Amino acid sequence: MSNERKIYGIAALFTKPDDIIKAASKVANLGYSKWDVNTPYLLHGMDNAMKLKPSKIGFIALFMGLIGAATALSLAYFTNSIDFPLVIGGKPFFAFPAYIPVTFELTVLFATVSTVIAMLTIFFKFPSNNHVLHDTPYMKKVSLDRYGIVIESADPKFEQSKVEELLRSFGPESIETIYHKEEVKFPIFEPKFISFLILTAIAVSAGTYITLNKLMFMVPFNWMMYQDKIIPQSRTELFEDERGMRLPVEGTVAKGFIPYTYMGIDEPQEYLSNPLLPSIDNLKLGEKKYLTYCSPCHGNFGDGDSRLKGQFPNPPTIHSQRIRSFEDGRLYHIITIGKNIMPSYAAQISREERWAIVNYIRVLQKAKNSTASELEMIIKETGKNVAN
Amino acid sequence: MSVDYTIEPPVVHGRLSLAQIEEMVAKPLDTKPGKKFYIALSISGTFLMTGVVLLLITFYYGVGMWGNNQPVGWAFPIVNLVFWIGIGHAGTLISAILFLLRQKWRTGIARFAEAMTIFAVMCAALFPLIHVGRPWLAGYLMPYPNQHGMWVNFSSPLVWDVFAISTYFIVSLIFWYIGLIPDFATLRDRTTSKIKKTIYSLFSLGWRHSHRHWQHYEKTYTLLAGFATPLVLSVHTIISFDFAVSLVPGWHSTIFPPYFVAGAIFSGFAMVATVLILVRKIFDLQQIITLDHLEKMNKIILVTSMMVGLAYGTELFIAWYSGVTVEKFVFLNRAFGPYAWAYWIMISCNVLFPQLFWIRKIRRSIPIMMVIVILVNVGMWFERFVIIVVSLTRDFLPSSWGMYTPTLYDLGILLGSFGLFFTLVILFTKALPVISISEIKAVSDGAQPSYHRSEDYE
Repeated sequence: MSNERKIYGIAALFTKPDDIIKAASKVANLGYSKWDVNTPYLLHGMDNAMKLKPSKIGFIALFMGLIGAATALSLAYFTNSIDFPLVIGGKPFFAFPAYIPVTFELTVLFATVSTVIAMLTIFFKFPSNNHVLHDTPYMKKVSLDRYGIVIESADPKFEQSKVEELLRSFGPESIETIYHKEEVKFPIFEPKFISFLILTAIAVSAGTYITLNKLMFMVPFNWMMYQDKIIPQSRTELFEDERGMRLPVEGTVAKGFIPYTYMGIDEPQEYLSNPLLPSIDNLKLGEKKYLTYCSPCHGNFGDGDSRLKGQFPNPPTIHSQRIRSFEDGRLYHIITIGKNIMPSYAAQISREERWAIVNYIRVLQKAKNSTASELEMIIKETGKNVAN
Repeated sequence: MSVDYTIEPPVVHGRLSLAQIEEMVAKPLDTKPGKKFYIALSISGTFLMTGVVLLLITFYYGVGMWGNNQPVGWAFPIVNLVFWIGIGHAGTLISAILFLLRQKWRTGIARFAEAMTIFAVMCAALFPLIHVGRPWLAGYLMPYPNQHGMWVNFSSPLVWDVFAISTYFIVSLIFWYIGLIPDFATLRDRTTSKIKKTIYSLFSLGWRHSHRHWQHYEKTYTLLAGFATPLVLSVHTIISFDFAVSLVPGWHSTIFPPYFVAGAIFSGFAMVATVLILVRKIFDLQQIITLDHLEKMNKIILVTSMMVGLAYGTELFIAWYSGVTVEKFVFLNRAFGPYAWAYWIMISCNVLFPQLFWIRKIRRSIPIMMVIVILVNVGMWFERFVIIVVSLTRDFLPSSWGMYTPTLYDLGILLGSFGLFFTLVILFTKALPVISISEIKAVSDGAQPSYHRSEDYE
């Protein structure tokens, strides 16, 4: 039975470190490539004897260390200079000296973790608990106090009798032929394994759910959220009206409040005149407010092309003859108290801003309804082709 | 008397064979623990439970249970943080710096010191977390994209702390684990129990003592030691920045980084010595952790003690030389103010008593050594107390001066941290080899080949 099994390799054990160095050196000189030395601890001088090239793992450390430094610096730069800039202690937004500690720590962290992971996975191909050598008498001995050498059958120069003869010539303590193990296959869909996975999934989700949705709302975790104080909008027995907040004294007027006295009047333009000059600043303000508050329904250029896609009826265009003939006061009045389905914007837009919007509407109207001669004049005056 | 300094004394005493060394180190893992083990575990477990109960009460009622109050807001939690981080530094120093310096004697104590580093950093990391009062919100300390649209402040020493301590913990843990891999393989091959074999196999990752692996392994270990060396210096430097970057008199000082690092090594060696004296006795490891080891550690304690003493002197001198009134006052207040007793405990334990190590007989006498290293631990705890608490009690404005008295909760949680530390140490001695088996084999007599060039065989 055992003869039918495939040979993995032939191993020899030695009792003295000098002997194994000698053996390794000879095997290396004979040009074998698939062979290995197993020692219970690091033997100095074995690298030379085995003719191993220097380890290249240092490059991984260097590369990943630099990546760590770059990560730290760019993280600090992005967070503290771009995404969330705060002036702290009068330092600049990119306070390089203050970032050195974190940069250093991340350099070390990245270099260490990646070197070790690279060593274990790329260089050693770990985990390899299934390796042929495990559980052999050979492995038990090199784990304790013997020094072993294995020449694998995968080596192109491997011949059983020749290798055995070679190893015997070194005067080993013992020689052992190591066979491949019979492969044991574990089906993935084993009921035990599947049920273990399901149970783990249930436990993890239940734990997460309970922690985030129940535990964090229990005493004492919620003592910051629910405090014994009356907050606005809450009910209380303390006052007669049972409101948590107090109303201002009757007749109180908000700071800067001026009553609008033209409610219910259709055409107050006789009393209202535009106090703002159409200066660049005022027009810019008007443009900004128009785009914020008016353009969703009236369109960016006042064509009545709503972006709301029929959720509200489209307002009429402001470029019609009728609306172009409205006086400034009338437009101001409409913004202030609303018209038809359009509500009042008095709460959102201040007086000055309303007048600025009116000025901007005039600009839009002029831009869409100029005659050819007017355009020519503008081109002549500004030197720019405004028609485009 | 002529001494030949070119010959190193043997690291392992008694000419043990490799198998005997392994047997000796693995014995606590193979045998059932004795009575002493359970007595020690129950004592440290009691301390740990005391700390746990007091902490839970603190979480329920809030940190008002402690003595922290204006003007002393940092008090015990930060004193304990700095103390425990300092304890941890000796482990990295022994395992990394002495490795780079090719000090063979480190092998006997390195594994233990590394384990103590990890446990000490765990104790240390506990304190800033509980100091914030709501440790379950500690996730906010890390920079991650969140719905608040906020980021941590990378110019803050407290954020540096987060990075320094977590990096230090991760790197120490990896360094420790890398050292353990060959030992797990050895244990896997010697054990007869099936459960143990499964566990050891899992952690050994399939290590097979191949020299093709040893080669990369040594390179990686050297690299890691190279990273850990500046890391250990940076960690305590950053801890000292918590104070040095502020403007509080007694804290705002450029001497802090080297002063704190020296103090950390000092206290760390004292703690390693304290525990090693007990362990070598309990587990009969006198031949591997020899009196020579302890003597060498005592010499380092003596050197660092004088470095710390020099720092105390320099601080005093600079306070006088600077001519700053508050700075001068702070140091007079330390030495002669209401907390003068703490200052003089610090001076005597850290500077005066270690001077006894000049005498060879005392360096090699275990009972006296034990007393001195415990005193050093006490002294170093009081050093942090003096720096943190005493500076805060009396700063610029006399109207905002105050006194600080710890409550029983403060003291109980400190005791609990010792309980955590010693419980972990005791469990470690039973669960893992306290000495690196593969490294100690490598430095025993006749373990290395006599010098040959490979050409000799051609």
